[in-house]
Amino acid sequence: MTINLTLLIVMGVMLAVGIYLLLERSLTRVLLGIILISNGVNLLLLQTAGRAGLAPLVTDGAEPEEYFDPLPQALLLTAIVIAFALVSFVLALIYRSWVLARQDEVTDDEEDRRVAAKPDYDPEEDAEVETETSEFIEDEQMTLKEGGEDRGDESR
Amino acid sequence: MLVVLAALFAVSVVVPFLHSRIGRKTFFVLAAVLGAGFIWVLSYVPAVLNSSQAAAPGQPNAPPEEVFEWIPQLGAELAFRMDALSLALSLLITGVGALVMLYCARYFGHKDRNVGPFAAELFAFAAAMLGLVLSDDLVMLFIFWELTTILSFLLIGYSAHRIFARRSAIQALIVTTFGGLAMLVGLLWMGELAGSYRLSEILDAAPELMSIHPTAVDIAVLLILVGALSKSALVPFHFWLPAAMAAPTPVSAYLHAAAMVKAGVYLVARFAPGYWETTYWLPIVLGFGLLTMLVGAYRALRQTDIKLVLAYGTVSQLGFLIMVNGLGTQDAALAGLAMLLAHGLFKASLFMVVGIIDHESGTRDLRVLSGLVRHQKPLFWVALISTASMAGLPPLFGFVAKEVVLESFYAYAEVTGAEGSVLGWTVLVGVVLASALTVAYSARFLWGAFATKTYEGQRLADTTFHGRVSATFLAAPAVLALLTVVLALYPAGLQALIEPFAGRFEPAEPGTDSTYLALWHGLTPVLGLSVLTWLLGLGTFLLRVRVSAVQARVPALVDSERGYRNTVRFVDWFAVWLTARTQRGSLGYYLFIILAVATVVPLSVVLFTEHTVPESVIAYEQPLQVVLGAVVIAGGLGAIWAPKRFMAVLMVSLCGWGIAGLFALQGSPDLALTLLLVESIILVVFVLALRTLPAGIWTQNPAKFKFGRALLGVAFGVVAMIAVAISMDSRTADPVSVEYPWMSYDVGHGANIVNVTLVDIRVWDTFGEITVLAAAATGVASLIFVKRRDVQRRELHEVPTGSVGRIMPDSALTSRQVREIQVARSFATVAREAWLVAGRTLAPEHRSIIFEVVTRLMFHAIILLSVYLLLAGHNSPGGGFAGGLLAGLALVLRYLAGGRYELEAAVRFSAGALMGWGLAVACFTGVLPLFAGGQAFQSFIVDLDLPVLGEHHLVSSVLFDVGVYLVVIGLILDILRSLGSEIDVRSEEENRRRSISASRTQGHDVHSQTTLGVAR
Repeated sequence: MTINLTLLIVMGVMLAVGIYLLLERSLTRVLLGIILISNGVNLLLLQTAGRAGLAPLVTDGAEPEEYFDPLPQALLLTAIVIAFALVSFVLALIYRSWVLARQDEVTDDEEDRRVAAKPDYDPEEDAEVETETSEFIEDEQMTLKEGGEDRGDESR
Repeated sequence: MLVVLAALFAVSVVVPFLHSRIGRKTFFVLAAVLGAGFIWVLSYVPAVLNSSQAAAPGQPNAPPEEVFEWIPQLGAELAFRMDALSLALSLLITGVGALVMLYCARYFGHKDRNVGPFAAELFAFAAAMLGLVLSDDLVMLFIFWELTTILSFLLIGYSAHRIFARRSAIQALIVTTFGGLAMLVGLLWMGELAGSYRLSEILDAAPELMSIHPTAVDIAVLLILVGALSKSALVPFHFWLPAAMAAPTPVSAYLHAAAMVKAGVYLVARFAPGYWETTYWLPIVLGFGLLTMLVGAYRALRQTDIKLVLAYGTVSQLGFLIMVNGLGTQDAALAGLAMLLAHGLFKASLFMVVGIIDHESGTRDLRVLSGLVRHQKPLFWVALISTASMAGLPPLFGFVAKEVVLESFYAYAEVTGAEGSVLGWTVLVGVVLASALTVAYSARFLWGAFATKTYEGQRLADTTFHGRVSATFLAAPAVLALLTVVLALYPAGLQALIEPFAGRFEPAEPGTDSTYLALWHGLTPVLGLSVLTWLLGLGTFLLRVRVSAVQARVPALVDSERGYRNTVRFVDWFAVWLTARTQRGSLGYYLFIILAVATVVPLSVVLFTEHTVPESVIAYEQPLQVVLGAVVIAGGLGAIWAPKRFMAVLMVSLCGWGIAGLFALQGSPDLALTLLLVESIILVVFVLALRTLPAGIWTQNPAKFKFGRALLGVAFGVVAMIAVAISMDSRTADPVSVEYPWMSYDVGHGANIVNVTLVDIRVWDTFGEITVLAAAATGVASLIFVKRRDVQRRELHEVPTGSVGRIMPDSALTSRQVREIQVARSFATVAREAWLVAGRTLAPEHRSIIFEVVTRLMFHAIILLSVYLLLAGHNSPGGGFAGGLLAGLALVLRYLAGGRYELEAAVRFSAGALMGWGLAVACFTGVLPLFAGGQAFQSFIVDLDLPVLGEHHLVSSVLFDVGVYLVVIGLILDILRSLGSEIDVRSEEENRRRSISASRTQGHDVHSQTTLGVAR
């Protein structure tokens, strides 16, 4: 197939700029990045249709190869409208983030940080436990003993 | 058999209710049920004895069997078969089960509320175990196998408040499930190799299978053995069994002595007739069996808890059982089954004795227990008989069984010795040694539990029991001890029962007679070996002080339990370490990694494969393309530069418009039209949604790693360009779409190929897409409205003129602002009445008469055009998407010119209803042809000959486009109402609150301001 350099370069620039914006913290710029990436992908799809041709409206005497390939166009049409819906959704997200937190940026996930900071010591699995020589030790004693152990673990 | 199993499981379900009614008497009921089960099993004896054990299923002389269809696609059936092996184990399970239940009735207190579920689990275990030994289908076998594992987990963890019990339960679960999974692979493999999941057929096919797929069968059998080893607690999996002693003693007696741990032995015995000759069978069975036997017995000698003495003794005996059952000779099969039953009898009895001691005295420590031999005579006698049986002393069944075991090992050693191999003799020496240790730990147990002891010259205080041991409590162990004696004196009945199973094997030396169960075989070398074990064992016991001194000095070289704990700890540590390294909480970081991988992987593919430079390259189709391309690139770079939010948005829109131009130049009017409309709407929506946000785009956290991001972006763009160029260059096939023109014209009845593709050729795709649109619209609405999207707005006539969009009362303004507003208002006054229905509701400073006039002029024309695009789209550029977007744009105009009440006046429907109807219409178009016998979404033509309008062809797929049209309008309406109207209301409310607090500080009377108050 013939490669159209102009379209190829424009596609590359759209993707590059889109990714640069996507990695920003500002939500608005992230959204713009998403739009630009979808533009780039649209151009990619466009190129798979090959050389320019007749508009795909059936006319008498035209060979099938003369039309501009209709299949990528159908895919593109769907992609454009889906991207529109996606953009609206992210806009609503941005608005909501602004209303709730006065924040227009991607914040770090506190829960993730907490998980990462967790120690690997787990008293349930790792504490040393005395072996028991009877099933009929008073239950109260047992609970007291375990309670003591738990406190000890936390202070560690 | 199925009925009985189902009934047993059903009983276990009602047990908790029964327990809440009659308390621990429930156990009597359960004992009776299992007793009845025992009799039911006995009723099979004649049929089993009269059948041929090796007969294939379905033959007239086959053992009793039942088969129900279950999952024929997978070859899984509900197949049960009662042969001699199953019969023997079923008797053990139901018999010991009944006695354990009886024992439970005194073991547990009256009050304990957890006992109800416990009883249910214990009973369900009996049912699962019975199912396990009766299954003739590999899948069923596995299911019951894992059921026993899970029930064992629950039962060990009975004292869930004790950390030790919880940990032991999990340990047992993990270890046995590990083996179970290995076994599952082996079983499935075996089933696939044999082409049948029927156990009996697989055993029949053994010689054939082993000759066709020798290696595969070897490995499959190996995997099955791993399952058996883990379940029967052989080295290196043995450590879970002593830990499982955290379970209540009845559980130890039943699961961990008599029944569940025998599942592995059962599996070995089950597969031995066909597969004992596979490569890994004897090395594993004999090697690990002997090792386990020695390790278990050795460690039993070190324990101070009498329950643990028994537990390690069980480990040792399980190794012994696996060895003898896996040996694969006729004598060994007979001996193995006899030993299995003998072990079940004496070990369950001994555990119950330990339970009684623990229950009555509160300890199991043999350094504390003392003097019971003098005070608890009946208990001592029961223990004495069972212990002697364990040690293999006559005249008890343990002796009878051990004699034949030793005999079969002796015969095996003779046969292999004649072939020049020392293997048999080595095994025999090991077995004798381990048996001597068995005698020693048996003596240690009896001494530890009952003897009167002295410590450093001081006599220990006699252990006292809380009360008298009731007859009911002692009955179960006593019955088992009695059976040990009876079976020793009259072994013939049992001999008849298990002989058919042994008949499936060849004798060790062809032509010799098979052995038999008896107390007296004459003065044989084997008897000599037995006497040797007694002497050695007794000697070890008498020298116990020195033995323990030696044991204390020998370091524990390998500690499997520590190995397990370390493995678990390492997994924990690694998980935490990996999480801490990767879970940084920064979305940008995650994205960066993902995109970097998406760049590097294709790049390395490009680098490490060979490619030629594409030959067919053009710079552009026409010069205008380059101009538009430059515009698009400028827009993209502008988006990076733009310091203000809306400037950036405009730049991105510029890209969109440029690309629409590129579409048009390539020959794609539909795309260009759609993209133009979408870009226009996106611009408006952006402005609407972000108007409350600050104008500047900069945030408090300035973006970091600019260079890295730029590098990644450029790299990704370049890699994408190279990849696209390479893949386009290597394309050789014709596009599928060369068929599209005639398909769309002749079959789809439309000239616009793209539109026909959307509504006919690839209609499922489009149908999915409009569903996504509806979902996205709903998402937008729910993000903004949170509760419900169709907010009841005020009727138009209730809204005061000029009330919408007032931000502050005039009094709160500076004089300059007042002057500005006056100027703005002067443009809003007009002699004529409203151009738009709701134009008057807007605050004067927000009105634009020119805009209202233009909207009024254009709205209907645009709607008409959109309908035209919709209907004509089948043959010329347009279609449902373009039409819907255009109609949406018209609504945008109305909203912008006349405010939210104008939008309500323009469309009275709820957006959800519009989209719902759109989807319904599209669905209807798809379903309709089905009624006419066509396919879903098949197109058809309706010819109409109307009197005035002339002849018309209506293609059904246009109706689908109508659905698309409605969905798109609904989407835009939803967006306008959410991001437009609702945000209007919110920001007006907010401003009002702000001005109220402002005016309070100035001392104004808030309520005098008539312009305040927000209209919904």
